[in-house]
Amino acid sequence: MNASEKIRHQDGFAGKGDDFYEALLAAHEGLDEKQSAALNARLVLLLANHIGSVPVLREALALARAGVRSGEKGSDAGSGTASKNQNKQT
Amino acid sequence: MASYEYRHFPYIEPPELGGAASKRRPVIVVGAGPVGLTAAIDLALHDVPVLVLDESDLVSVGSRAICWAKRTLEIWDRLGVAERMLAKGVTWNLGRVYHRDQELYNFNLAPEGGHKMPAFINLQQYYVEEFLVARASELANRIELRWKNKVTGISSRADGVELEVETPGGCYRLEADWVIAADGGRSPLRGMLGLPFPGETFEERFLIADVHMQADFPNERWFWFEPTFHQGESALLHRQPDDIFRLDFQLGPSADPELERRPERVLPRIRAVVGETPFELEWSSVYAFRCARMERFVHGRVIFAGDSAHLVSPFGARGGNGGIQDADNLCWKLASVVKGEARASLLDSYDEERGRGADENILNSTRTTNFMTPKSATERLFRDNILALAREFPFARSLVNAGRLSKPCSLEALSLQSADDPELGGAMVPGAPAADAPVADESGRTGWLLEHLGGDFTLLVLADTPAEMPDRSALARLEPSPRLCAVSRNGPHDCKSPMLSDPEGLVRARYGGPGAVYLVRPDQHVAARFRGFDAAAIQRALLRASGNAA
Repeated sequence: MNASEKIRHQDGFAGKGDDFYEALLAAHEGLDEKQSAALNARLVLLLANHIGSVPVLREALALARAGVRSGEKGSDAGSGTASKNQNKQT
Repeated sequence: MASYEYRHFPYIEPPELGGAASKRRPVIVVGAGPVGLTAAIDLALHDVPVLVLDESDLVSVGSRAICWAKRTLEIWDRLGVAERMLAKGVTWNLGRVYHRDQELYNFNLAPEGGHKMPAFINLQQYYVEEFLVARASELANRIELRWKNKVTGISSRADGVELEVETPGGCYRLEADWVIAADGGRSPLRGMLGLPFPGETFEERFLIADVHMQADFPNERWFWFEPTFHQGESALLHRQPDDIFRLDFQLGPSADPELERRPERVLPRIRAVVGETPFELEWSSVYAFRCARMERFVHGRVIFAGDSAHLVSPFGARGGNGGIQDADNLCWKLASVVKGEARASLLDSYDEERGRGADENILNSTRTTNFMTPKSATERLFRDNILALAREFPFARSLVNAGRLSKPCSLEALSLQSADDPELGGAMVPGAPAADAPVADESGRTGWLLEHLGGDFTLLVLADTPAEMPDRSALARLEPSPRLCAVSRNGPHDCKSPMLSDPEGLVRARYGGPGAVYLVRPDQHVAARFRGFDAAAIQRALLRASGNAA
């Protein structure tokens, strides 16, 4: 693994993003929410160890937390239900 | 249906009903949809007489398939029908993806120039069928179209097929060496033969509506996740010719199809998108969809093509375009078998190659559907957070799946293709569909490389000097004899052979060389490539690709 000190913003999947996403959903198949949360925690730990670079991990943690906390539009993501904007747009 | 005037094709009493002896046909195509008609035209251009049976006497009722991809247009160009499609169709290259009312990103499906065909045109299926029927009529010495001829029975034997046909004037029987079943997703022939069609049915309901209005939406594909104008997961907008817009609304799994079809439900949904613009509803339909495929497409003398063989969700435009590639892949092979130039086992490669295409299309459209319809709280969590990250982070955009639009299937490493020479590099590996590029002939008239490939086996030779040209006597000994297409970077140098030049250097950029030799199949896929003219290696590749390998 390239222990670059800056986190990658560009696509790192080399065209295989859909393969990854399918595998991710398959890994969660049949789990309840608590089990899925546990899977996610283990996955974070495994990947963090694989990355190894603490500066990169700190940056990732900050970026992930910023979106969740800022209340930006769309940051209801993760609530488990989709909120629907009631405004009619023409 | 105000904007399109349906004309009934004439029902002509089949001579068999008047007691004429039924002559056995080499090929009967069942179904005059885009796939069946494309197949009939392709076979006719390979000098195979074709009879086409269709139970109706109209083109597609409703616009149905509307997005036709570059590869489909290249196939239709080979068949002499692309120009009228392009003239009528709405050309588009750009797609935009929105989350609520914010654009997340856009993508250009035609990132490089130097191709004759655009990434996509939108054209209603009724126009596609009308133009294909017109093209078939130009080939009337090879193609007979019989409208209101419904196949009601089939018996498939080792050496041929017998069909029972019902018409307004009575019933009769036909015999054929081969039958192409291009009779659609509900394929009556598949049912009559008792063949299974396993797959996955999706619960999600969609409303599809074609709206006539004068509006200044650009010629682009717009896709919304969680649109602000619609209480649902997604919506899609496409422009078609004649000021028709296709709107697609995701309604959720619990939507009542009967209720959602009613104008009082449909019209407010459209009004929410188009605002005050006056519009008329032309056609609408509420649908759920299946992804399914037959395990094999060739069953004795009956060959399935298009929706009868495989079904996908509409996101990605992979149904109609996949079916046209079926016809493209099948017809040169079937023509060779009918003419006794190849063994029937060549058709196994249709199963192999288009089976890969079907799997690829089903995989991609299933993934899109899964992204659009999260099945659990965890799936929704990931989906929503990908959308939240996508505006800022390019990596997350690559995970947003609003449809992976139809691309030609690569036939790399399948049975007909020869092993690659890794020294050659570049994208034109055996199995790839040959890339287009601008060329000029000896008189300086500009054209396109693909106009010189396909129909027959072709040897594409990149020869900048006479030394790189094939040895003429060795070339003449190749069997089956390929056509020669020589391209020189700097214009003609060999007065004995017609030669193209490469005015923009794009043939060189896309195919490498100089000296490189490509064996291109009748369907314009690369079968093999070589660093130079190696007659023995080319002969082996030809036998393999034409179904004549020992």
